[in-house]
Amino acid sequence: MSLLDRHLGIERIGVSIDPVRPVRRAIITHGHGDHARSGHGAVLATPDTIAIMKARYGEDCAGSFQALEYGTPLMIDDVEVTLFPAGHILGSAQVRLRHGGETVVDTGDYKRLPDATAQPFELVPCDTLVTEATFGLPVFQHPRPEAEVARLLKSVADNPTRAHLIGAYALGKAQRVMSLLRHAGYDRPIYLHGAMVELTRLYEARGIYLGPTRLAIEAGKGELAGEIVIAPPGALKDRWSRRLPDPVLATASGWMSIKQRARQSGVELPLVISDHADWNELRETVAETGANRIWVTHGREDALVYWCQQQGLEAEPLNLVGYDEGGEGGE
Amino acid sequence: MKRFAALLELLALTPSRNRKLEALVTYFRETPDPDRGFALAILTGALSFKNVKPAVLREVVTREVDPHLFGLSYDYVGDLGETIALIWPHHGHQEDLPGLTDLIELLDTTAKAKIPELIASLLTRAALNERWALVKLATGALRIGVSSRLAKTALAEFSGRDLQQIEEIWHGLTVPYTELFDWLEGRRERPDIAHEVRFHPLMLSNPIDEANDLPKLDPSDFVAEWKWDGIRVQLVLGQGPASLFSRTGDEIGGSFPDMVESVFGEAVLDGELLVGENLEPASFNDLQQRLNRKTASPKLIAEFPAFIRAYDMLFDGREDIRPLPWSARRKHLEAWLANNPQTRLDLSPVLPFAGWEELADLRRRGAAEQGHEGVMLKLRSSPYVPGRPKGLWYKWKRDPNVVDAVLMYAQRGHGRRSSFYSDYTFGVWKGNELVPIGKAYFGFTDEELRELDRWVRTHTTNSFGPVREVAKELVFEVAFDSAQVSGRHKSGVALRFPRINRIRWDKPAAEAATLADMQIFLEAT
Repeated sequence: MSLLDRHLGIERIGVSIDPVRPVRRAIITHGHGDHARSGHGAVLATPDTIAIMKARYGEDCAGSFQALEYGTPLMIDDVEVTLFPAGHILGSAQVRLRHGGETVVDTGDYKRLPDATAQPFELVPCDTLVTEATFGLPVFQHPRPEAEVARLLKSVADNPTRAHLIGAYALGKAQRVMSLLRHAGYDRPIYLHGAMVELTRLYEARGIYLGPTRLAIEAGKGELAGEIVIAPPGALKDRWSRRLPDPVLATASGWMSIKQRARQSGVELPLVISDHADWNELRETVAETGANRIWVTHGREDALVYWCQQQGLEAEPLNLVGYDEGGEGGE
Repeated sequence: MKRFAALLELLALTPSRNRKLEALVTYFRETPDPDRGFALAILTGALSFKNVKPAVLREVVTREVDPHLFGLSYDYVGDLGETIALIWPHHGHQEDLPGLTDLIELLDTTAKAKIPELIASLLTRAALNERWALVKLATGALRIGVSSRLAKTALAEFSGRDLQQIEEIWHGLTVPYTELFDWLEGRRERPDIAHEVRFHPLMLSNPIDEANDLPKLDPSDFVAEWKWDGIRVQLVLGQGPASLFSRTGDEIGGSFPDMVESVFGEAVLDGELLVGENLEPASFNDLQQRLNRKTASPKLIAEFPAFIRAYDMLFDGREDIRPLPWSARRKHLEAWLANNPQTRLDLSPVLPFAGWEELADLRRRGAAEQGHEGVMLKLRSSPYVPGRPKGLWYKWKRDPNVVDAVLMYAQRGHGRRSSFYSDYTFGVWKGNELVPIGKAYFGFTDEELRELDRWVRTHTTNSFGPVREVAKELVFEVAFDSAQVSGRHKSGVALRFPRINRIRWDKPAAEAATLADMQIFLEAT
């Protein structure tokens, strides 16, 4: 029996990783809703993840919290637990478990491209790798995010009378888009939907520069022409967006590489900016960790499992329930 | 190519019709000949390459990408062109691709054996959106929400010419439309397209609103005909061989040589293409045997001989009679047929009726006893007006048949619906077993589609490649025009034009229809 079971439970110490239902003791890889839920007894996570959970669900969303810095081994009974940066969002972690000569790594959600708003991914060698597969199909080859932001800025310049409304998840994606804009030299105020504000302040308080921001709701309609507004994807089509002057609807997500998907959701300017590993990163990671057993979790498991098997690795899908199959969750 | 790829992308992603038009007008204005003409040909589906087929593209890709992974990807993306563009693994130095015109010439003139190599090298050189445009261009399946009508509307807007004038000569023009652009930009007269090869846009009808339209209309102003269950065609007869056009202006004479070779005279006729012995229309199923075939075998021709039931005349000889009222055109048509007696052409009879009540009764009986689709109403005084003018022609379709059937399988859709489970196979009870009777892809709203998609994902019991078998729990009220005996379905029944009328979230599956319930529909036809 392995150290980690197929529901990401570590039976010998009574701990689960990212459990979808409240448990006594949980390790949380990062703050997105489909990984971090409220109501656990005790939570072990990075300090950033704990701050995010408290901001989203309240100070008492778990019985107790224990912060664990990256790279610091913690013995829980006879199991050594260490967190490593996953590069997904601020505070996101991979979990390494060691016991009796066996090493297991659960990547959580991760990406390997540089991101100024998240601690950079570290490769962790292991025997068993549990990897995500949100973009586990060879059609997903993410372009450089800088190029996507350049397209956004060109569209802003070409459409001075229209607002650009970018759908982006309030945690992680929104701040990453802001940061990318700042790195591209964009210094206008960025207008935010109210749902973005608290987490944006949290990122700033933890030393991430996001530049001047304003609340979109406080701007007059005319003021927003030629400006960039960021809102949760769900707000793109609701009444909230009617205040904007003839908005160009944009969405920042790895899914946006599929034009038909963009069309389905009425997105005029798809921005392929993803916080997940693409097909090439997934394969590289599998190969570089040296793992000989691969468990593939939520996402498009079939293709990655197939590829691993072609490489002579033992691989199987973990069909975890509770993670959004459409993949909207972590993106 | 860069510019064309950018145009295609914009057209695909811009929901607003006006912005699409604006983009097209700008493109036509700023792009030189013959590039813009080729672009127009691509947008209107007038371009195809004999050596470049979807199968060749698949072959090129599966040489570089594991076929199993390609299959999974295609199933996920739902669009062949997009899958290829996204999955292509080699990203070269992105040196510029040839311009549109050169590219088309390359695809056109490269020997069949060399095509895979050419496509592979182009894909490697292209940037992502160019790869996408390139594959779309090569396969001809654009799926970007631009109709040829929209492209022509943009031409009208770009030039200030009348759309009708463009439509009239359209089918005689040749790619890359240099003479068209010369005329549009005022450098020459309108091209003189021989009468024989012209397609004259059809006059279309509007569905009647029984409650609101009928009481306002005077029955004596109208004539009625059966609504024939074939395909609408235009037959152009003159000096050369006859041309047979579909309602969208595609030349389909090649599929119906028996028809085209036997007709004679000089005229442009509007009518319904049907199959059957001795001018007796057989079922639409029979007609389908002969559709979408490049050639027709002698066996097929003998089994399903084609004929046209004419109901209008646009030109009598060389005379344009479209401005005349229907009643005068009908006299021309009858006289012409009397002078040119034909074996593959007859007249659609006019149905006598005194009032709407009587016609409603006729319509009901026609549907029940002879399987007619409904009746057409035409204003006696109406000229032949291309397009879908209001108030002149009406179709009054039979009431649809409906049956409660159980969802059995779902498959991912394509195009706009890619990655949603949007194609549904449903069945009725035969004892304790369900037998499929049909498949439908529409009849529901986008919101309902999302709900159905979610339902399918959470009720899957089995999957076979792209097809999911679901729990036999959800009932659809399926509307259809008629039911026919079919050897293709296990149930022995095939529905014509099935669509989802309502989703019966409330209805227990056990209460859905049985195969015995279907008999009544079979007897009606």
